[in-house]
Amino acid sequence: MKAPKMNVDRIKRYLAEGKRFDGRKPEEFRDLEISFGVSKKAEGSARVKLGDTEVIVGVKMAVGQPYDDSPNKGNLMVTAELLPLSSSRFELGPPKFPAIELGRLVDRGIREGRFIEFEKLCIKEGEKVWTIFVDVYAINDAGNLLDAAGIGAVAALKNAKIPKYDEKEEKIVYEESSGNPVPLTKEVPISITFHKIGDQIVVDPTREEEDAAEAKVTIGLSNGVISSMQKGNEEAIDTELFGKMLDAVEGIWDDLNKKVEKALKQ
Amino acid sequence: MVEFKRPDKRAVNDIRPMKAKVGIVPNADGSAMFSFGETIAIAAVYGPKELHPRNQRNPAKGTLRCTYNMNSFSVSDRIRPGPSRRSTEISKITGWSLEPVVMINNFANTVVDVHVQIIQADASTRCAGINAAAMALAHAGIPMRDLVSSISVGKLDKQLVVDVDKAEEDWEEGEGPTDIALTFSHNDEKLTHIQLDGIISAKQLKEAVELGKQASKRVYDLQKKALKSVGEEITG
Repeated sequence: MKAPKMNVDRIKRYLAEGKRFDGRKPEEFRDLEISFGVSKKAEGSARVKLGDTEVIVGVKMAVGQPYDDSPNKGNLMVTAELLPLSSSRFELGPPKFPAIELGRLVDRGIREGRFIEFEKLCIKEGEKVWTIFVDVYAINDAGNLLDAAGIGAVAALKNAKIPKYDEKEEKIVYEESSGNPVPLTKEVPISITFHKIGDQIVVDPTREEEDAAEAKVTIGLSNGVISSMQKGNEEAIDTELFGKMLDAVEGIWDDLNKKVEKALKQ
Repeated sequence: MVEFKRPDKRAVNDIRPMKAKVGIVPNADGSAMFSFGETIAIAAVYGPKELHPRNQRNPAKGTLRCTYNMNSFSVSDRIRPGPSRRSTEISKITGWSLEPVVMINNFANTVVDVHVQIIQADASTRCAGINAAAMALAHAGIPMRDLVSSISVGKLDKQLVVDVDKAEEDWEEGEGPTDIALTFSHNDEKLTHIQLDGIISAKQLKEAVELGKQASKRVYDLQKKALKSVGEEITG
């Protein structure tokens, strides 16, 4: 949805002075809150609040066949639902592009960040492996669902326990946990999405700022190192502005990573 | 007579611990959470607003449009995201259970959207959803002549019980389980919704409806309390 020109102009004028409507700096994230155990029926689940933006993420596991090109690796499937419950701009019906993009970007962040040790999810090579479903639900869209969902996926995976698998009966006993966590590396992947508004950049936009943005670049980082990237939306960005994003990304990661670590501990 | 033992040791007319909270989705015009034990439902209301597509508009009165959906991870076996036959039916049932109390006749051409989402399921999800939806409508300031309160009554073998959980839904002894979902308007004590799966005599069904009616009053008390203290989680 396009923002009214009056808003865009004012957002730009503020940004020219390094200011935002809510008092944050352009490179500053909103307050982050993470809680766990949203659904006991999930193998793991988390609720993430980034300012007024809220997502819940659940992890379910099932046993399935591996792909031919990775017979000893488990599978990952990320889906996102932009519920009409979370915003008047989301409509009922099959998932539209923003929902698919969200799932894809979260998937890429986790996969390329090498967060899950897929080899350890193999039950019998070429035949049986664990499939991890990460499902993201938007509860309130106040901007930047993308990065909130990324954090939610990490939190839900960290919270998850593999259910018991009865090899003889070939079925999962969901009521019983194996006690084993999902095999994860220490490198927590975090995505930071930069939004271009005029010749300025902001991170963690409010809904209003996101509407005013002309283009975005999602950068996935694993342990502070860039591991995935995708530019979104129609408008081009000049390499100078892109350079600014790269200059800023490490410092922003540092702050956000601390926030995530702190929130994960609580 | 031996006292009937429920799987979780509740007395036959005990409702699981209930929780309710109004004002949980800042974007929505009204929103609420309602929970029976481990069943958690949230609801958000948007509207009245222009109805799109235009050909669905009703120039004689407003339209109430309800959706019911379960999170994929609200149950043990993951549900594939997106609507199913079951969720489509419950969506409609939810609308029907609310419509008798919602006064949107004057809002011609508009729609009031009610979205119910099940976060965690341990049976009676539609009842929890209807309770949350009724509160969300009231929170949105939609004119209502009354509130509705929903409760399930089960018949386990021959025994009637209030507020059925999953273990009871799967009851295997004797005559097995009968599951009755009921919704009542508070003031005139009318039935706005009933569904029944299982076997029961007409005589005992009358008892079940009466039992449900009494229990729905406890649900109503909690809904009312939560609506009076927006933002606070009320237990009962």
